[in-house]
Amino acid sequence: MTSISQDGDRDKLRSVSVDLNNDTPLLIDIPDALCERDKVKFTIHTKTTLNSFQKPDFSVSRQHEDFIWLHDTLVETEDYAGLIIPPVPPKPDFESPREKMHKLGEGEATMTKEEYTKMKQELEAEYLAVFKKTVQVHEIFLQRLSSHPAFSKDRNFQIFLEYDQDLSVRRKNAKEMFGGFFKNMVKSADEVLISGVKEVDEFFEQEKTFLLDYFGKIKDATAKAEKMTRSHKNLADDYIHISATLTTIAADDNEAFKSKACISNVCVCVQKLEARVASDQELKLTELFRYYMRDIQAAKDLLYRRARALADYENSNKALDKARLKSKDVGQAEEHQQQCLQKFDKLSESGKKELTSFKARRVVAFRKNLIEMAELEIKHAKSNMSLLHACIEQLQSN
Amino acid sequence: MSVSSLRNPPPFLDGEDQEPEYDTRDLDSDDGEDIFTGRSNKPFTPTPPETDPPTDIFSEEGYTVQTPIKHPSLHTNILEPKFNGIQSDEELDLFAEATVELTLTTPNSQGRKEVCPTGPHFSILNAHSSLRMPDTSNKTMEELEEEEHGDTFELNIAVTNPEKMGDGMNAFMTYKVSTQTSLPAFRSKTFSVRRRFSDFLGLYEKLLVKQSLMGCIIPPPPQKSVVGMTKVKVGKEDPSSADFVEKRRAALERELSRSMNCLDQCIRVCVFCQLPRAVNTQALSGSGFLKMINKASDAVNKMTIKMNESDNWFESKLQEVENEEQLLRRLHASFDSLVNHRKELCSSTAMFAKSVAMLGSSEENSALSRALSQLAEVEDKLEQLQQEQAFSDFFIFTELLADYVRLLGAVRGCFEQRVKAWQRWQEAQSTLQKKREAEAKLLWANKPDKLQQAKDDITEWEAKVGQSERDFERISSTLRKEVHRFEKEKCRDFRHHIVKYLESLHRTQHRLVKCWETFLPEAKAIV
Repeated sequence: MTSISQDGDRDKLRSVSVDLNNDTPLLIDIPDALCERDKVKFTIHTKTTLNSFQKPDFSVSRQHEDFIWLHDTLVETEDYAGLIIPPVPPKPDFESPREKMHKLGEGEATMTKEEYTKMKQELEAEYLAVFKKTVQVHEIFLQRLSSHPAFSKDRNFQIFLEYDQDLSVRRKNAKEMFGGFFKNMVKSADEVLISGVKEVDEFFEQEKTFLLDYFGKIKDATAKAEKMTRSHKNLADDYIHISATLTTIAADDNEAFKSKACISNVCVCVQKLEARVASDQELKLTELFRYYMRDIQAAKDLLYRRARALADYENSNKALDKARLKSKDVGQAEEHQQQCLQKFDKLSESGKKELTSFKARRVVAFRKNLIEMAELEIKHAKSNMSLLHACIEQLQSN
Repeated sequence: MSVSSLRNPPPFLDGEDQEPEYDTRDLDSDDGEDIFTGRSNKPFTPTPPETDPPTDIFSEEGYTVQTPIKHPSLHTNILEPKFNGIQSDEELDLFAEATVELTLTTPNSQGRKEVCPTGPHFSILNAHSSLRMPDTSNKTMEELEEEEHGDTFELNIAVTNPEKMGDGMNAFMTYKVSTQTSLPAFRSKTFSVRRRFSDFLGLYEKLLVKQSLMGCIIPPPPQKSVVGMTKVKVGKEDPSSADFVEKRRAALERELSRSMNCLDQCIRVCVFCQLPRAVNTQALSGSGFLKMINKASDAVNKMTIKMNESDNWFESKLQEVENEEQLLRRLHASFDSLVNHRKELCSSTAMFAKSVAMLGSSEENSALSRALSQLAEVEDKLEQLQQEQAFSDFFIFTELLADYVRLLGAVRGCFEQRVKAWQRWQEAQSTLQKKREAEAKLLWANKPDKLQQAKDDITEWEAKVGQSERDFERISSTLRKEVHRFEKEKCRDFRHHIVKYLESLHRTQHRLVKCWETFLPEAKAIV
């Protein structure tokens, strides 16, 4: 069981910028989280001045499934069809460090004790990093909801924040899972059909093309970034082995290999730095891409819903015409048509707003992260340089 | 189909292709005879019948190619800018390291004695040298206290320019061996010949003969690799075969330089470098098989006869050597995986760069788009950096480790030779004993005619016993010196390479900083 307290590191960890909810009356953060066997329990702390809540300051404990439930209810709410619903945070994935730990355990016999402890430390650091990341992603999800004028008032959201018992969200049973899966299939088929629908509005037309294209590219970039980060980590791990062997050699031979001891220390530090570089890169760059990939997916969903509404509207038009021809149920058809039109207009309006703000948000986030990443890289490289320089000096003077 | 265009070593491999500097001790175990006296008096080594005594070869003005060494690294060494105050020392050092020192020590030359941590053994050396050679210029080195002042000669060897000759399965690569020397033994200062890999193997074998008598440590050549060569022969111009050729070239160069240590070896190597055609140095491919058989019989031998070790030093040393070999092997493996991972990082960075570029091109915000394409460029540069770093990882360190693993194997071989010499001695003694017994029996049986024979036998065997004992002693003492020398060199070699490696890391980091610094303003300009 590991638990972390985030307070000091919070600002550093945030890799995606969100409209900070400083000026809203609803402040949410996740100060603490517990990791049990397979589950992570988040402690969600709310500070609010809104009357709709019972207390101004309270905390609850939630699990990942509760987040999923919240997201799904928001998606299913008709009223929010015109809004970009923040993407659900991904499931906490400890698979990779766990697998590595397993492999390490198997290979224990071949390594020296030192090497083993170092590798273990590395893995623990990785585990911790994954943990921090997942907490952060969940936190951002909630914060986006709370800073949005519409979502913050959502009843379900308030329940989520407030209900101090376990939500005991009914896990989706097999049928619902399957239903969800099926719905997704239908949706993607629909998307293809709907992309053929003629778009009247210039703005939306542009957005659609842009988003579709961008989504593909960013997905690709995310995958490549992940691969790059992974190889970087492997590289850092190698330095552990090297430094361990060097230490052994240096221990054996007395003064002749003082230089070896020095370089072994260097290797340790180089390794640490490389590992840091890799993880920073991951945090700033890969996470950025990942997050915006999901966000763009959410934006695409919005477009989809709107296009769906447009299709509905057009269908209702056709139905109205047909009804007029047959002179049957005209009133009903008219009403239906009106509804569809209204819905469509509403969607268009809010959609436009959302997408514009989304664009601005994205650019800001990219900027922030790219700057931070560049600065971190420079910092690490410089400290690496000074370390190496010191060691070279030492060796040459010996 | 010449591959020569590919393979001049890239400049940053700086001193890599430089022969590491070596101090050579005058391994004067030939009882006062040294090579230069030997030149005028008698053949200096048990030479195989075909090779003429040295005088003839050196006067053979067969051909000498007055090619200045086209060795790019030799030049870039001196000129390449370095960082941060490491500069001035480096220049001097690297240049100094470009030379290999052969010294015949004259006693107390220039008031500077050799400081030998191993004490008594080396003082013998000083006494023996009988020939004075003109003093050539002295170089400053970083470890002055180890330098033998006196007579130093320059001898640089470079192996460059691999070229493919022949066709199909009969094809082979030849390498240009260029020598630059100021040894008076050679008529001209610079010359070069072309040799092929089996020539190197043959040279090694000749030197091995020497080793069995003297106990010198001979650096083994790189492995004969059927797969690699076949690829080259078939003519596939793919990067792996080019890599292989490059590796081999570098390895051959290092090996030749290391062979410079023992003076006697040196001459042979020089002969190797000078003759227009490689005479009698072609190792048959069948000999590899023979060697395997020999090795097997050796192993059996080792197990059966236990040497009565009078000197513990040898035993402990052998143990040390074996341990070290193990560790170096492990280190080599880790470095290998480091190089591989770095190469992986290179390729994934390259792919990432491409995908970021595509992302940038489809980005609608122009500033962000610019920034993203800039990011792509940075990542591209990073990839190059990583590529270079992998290169230097490999050539600076990994190959060094591989070489030393092999060298340690050679050292072990020397120890084994010593044991063999002891065995021979013991055998001679026991044969002598038998002869004596036979003589006694004859005496008792009173057969005067055979007695003379027996007496002759005895004298003969006594002489042999004496000889083999002397051999053994000589090998032991040479071995000691050699091991000391080897260790010193190893220490120096490693330190030198470690420093090089750290410097290359340092350089990479520096360039990394530059890359990111160019990126930063672009990122800040995003609006």
